Amino acid sequence: MACIEAHGLRKAFGAKIALDGIDLRVEEGRILGIIGPNGAGKTTALNAILGLAPYQGQLKVLGRDPWTERDQLMCDVSFIADVAVLPRWLKVSQALDYVAGVHPRFDRAKAETFLARTTISPTSKVRELSKGMVAQLHLALVMAIDAKLLVLDEPTLGLDILYRKQFYDSLLNDYFDRSRTILLTTHQVEEIEHVLTDVMFIHRGRIVFNSSMEDLESRYLEVTVHPGQLAAARALKPMNEREVLGRSILLFDHVDRQQLAALGEVRTVGLADLFVAVIGNQAGQKQQGAAR
Amino acid sequence: MNTQSDALRESPLESQAIAVISPGRRIYWSVQRELWENRSLYLAPLAVAALFIAGYLISIMRLVSKIHAGLVLNPWQQQQALEQPYHFAALFIMGTTFIVSVFYCLDALYGERRDRSILFWKSLPISDLTTVLAKASIPLVVLPLITFAITVVSQWITLLLSSLILLAGGQSVAALWSDLPLFRMSVLLLYHLLAFHSLWLAPLYAWLLLISAWARRAPFLWAVLPPIAIAVVEKIAFNTSHIASLLANRFSGGGQSDGFTPGHMSMVPLTQLGVGTFLVSPGLWGGLLVAAAFLALAIRLRRSREPI
Repeated sequence: MACIEAHGLRKAFGAKIALDGIDLRVEEGRILGIIGPNGAGKTTALNAILGLAPYQGQLKVLGRDPWTERDQLMCDVSFIADVAVLPRWLKVSQALDYVAGVHPRFDRAKAETFLARTTISPTSKVRELSKGMVAQLHLALVMAIDAKLLVLDEPTLGLDILYRKQFYDSLLNDYFDRSRTILLTTHQVEEIEHVLTDVMFIHRGRIVFNSSMEDLESRYLEVTVHPGQLAAARALKPMNEREVLGRSILLFDHVDRQQLAALGEVRTVGLADLFVAVIGNQAGQKQQGAAR
Repeated sequence: MNTQSDALRESPLESQAIAVISPGRRIYWSVQRELWENRSLYLAPLAVAALFIAGYLISIMRLVSKIHAGLVLNPWQQQQALEQPYHFAALFIMGTTFIVSVFYCLDALYGERRDRSILFWKSLPISDLTTVLAKASIPLVVLPLITFAITVVSQWITLLLSSLILLAGGQSVAALWSDLPLFRMSVLLLYHLLAFHSLWLAPLYAWLLLISAWARRAPFLWAVLPPIAIAVVEKIAFNTSHIASLLANRFSGGGQSDGFTPGHMSMVPLTQLGVGTFLVSPGLWGGLLVAAAFLALAIRLRRSREPI
């Protein structure tokens, strides 16, 4: 059974189409990054998956309909929707009591072990914690839940780099195993690049790119072209071209590495550069279409 | 404290064989969380009770010094002076919890959307039905019981302390203990709280919860102004005031004089409370149906409304 399966997932807010018929299949044990510009539909898609908002089309998460079965689904799904959504009046000890009281898969001792590694005191209230500490607390609660799917929507927004690094480190080292699935969105593409097993670009409510990281590394190559070879390189139909410090960098899809090595220095493409190339092309096509 | 040790004891076993969380336990923790968040639910009536006790003790001391000064009250006056404050105590504590209830309901489903904490609550396996029912149980069950407990305890504390003062002042307390119908007052208070504050006013609290789940801003205005506006429009258009009298009737207790007006409580014999009449009155059941409809709508809204 796939962890998430969607067919023709649609959602419109009035005239604005937020999700334009998405087909999606996420297998168990993957870490999928959903990357897209602001307003691309990432959060709308996650809200549908988490049963926070109604949608059109078919959607099954762990075999359940999230909209009608959110409460049962949440026994197996955890999510951090945003930084700092923990209520400000909540005490750390109350948070542990409450989650232990209502969640069948919460391991209180585990959460306490995580918290013991931080400077968070059990008697402090959320309002007294820094933003980074709130994120740590939330992560400790979530990691102590034995869930099958974890969804993180911008979980580190506004945190400083130390907390961000720590966040993803604990997620990978202490939480992730091959039986869990993690879905995450963030703007800090570089930080999650090495974490992901799969990546998806979403733009204007559509999935414009979908690949495993292994495929991506073998398929897309970036070449810093020797000035004399530029015409030859362009003949191979790069998907994108940019200039850095006066040198042209061309991005190729499915072109033989040996062939490219003759034209310049070859390396695998960074997620951020690939994103800009793919989304940039999309935007370009839109403009061309409008011009015609 | 015991919840903590329970959880520790359970966790190693339960994480293996996944525990089933009973509906009762989910309701319990949902109500507990409301009490954590809204400490004014019990602190406000406690503060009023403390003020009442302090004020009454001062008045007893003044009474003692008056008697010493030779000012003689006739027995009826003395009885009034001794007894009335107990009614006022009940009245003030009830009034306080009523106001607290109203503001609690208006914020219950609005505040969690405003501070986005709804995203945390919804990440846990608690249904919207459980959440809304737990919130509704605060004004319908929890607060009447808190009011009852605080009132009765503060009345007894007052009685004991004032007896001590009277004894110290060389007065007899026999009249106070024999004439003060504290037990009967308590029974009547409980009946009044359950019949009027809980069952009769249920549609009011349900309406406030509904508005709290729906409004994007200013839930108080949305709860108050539309009913007034409708009543005014009705008056202008048809020169009638059915809506206004319906609302007034609801707040005044629908003509159920017995047991609904705390000042007269001790006068009414228990047998004439009209419990039977009240339980079959269409006003009660109509109100409860309306309350159920409002709550059902609030549950639906809680499911679909996003953080503001």
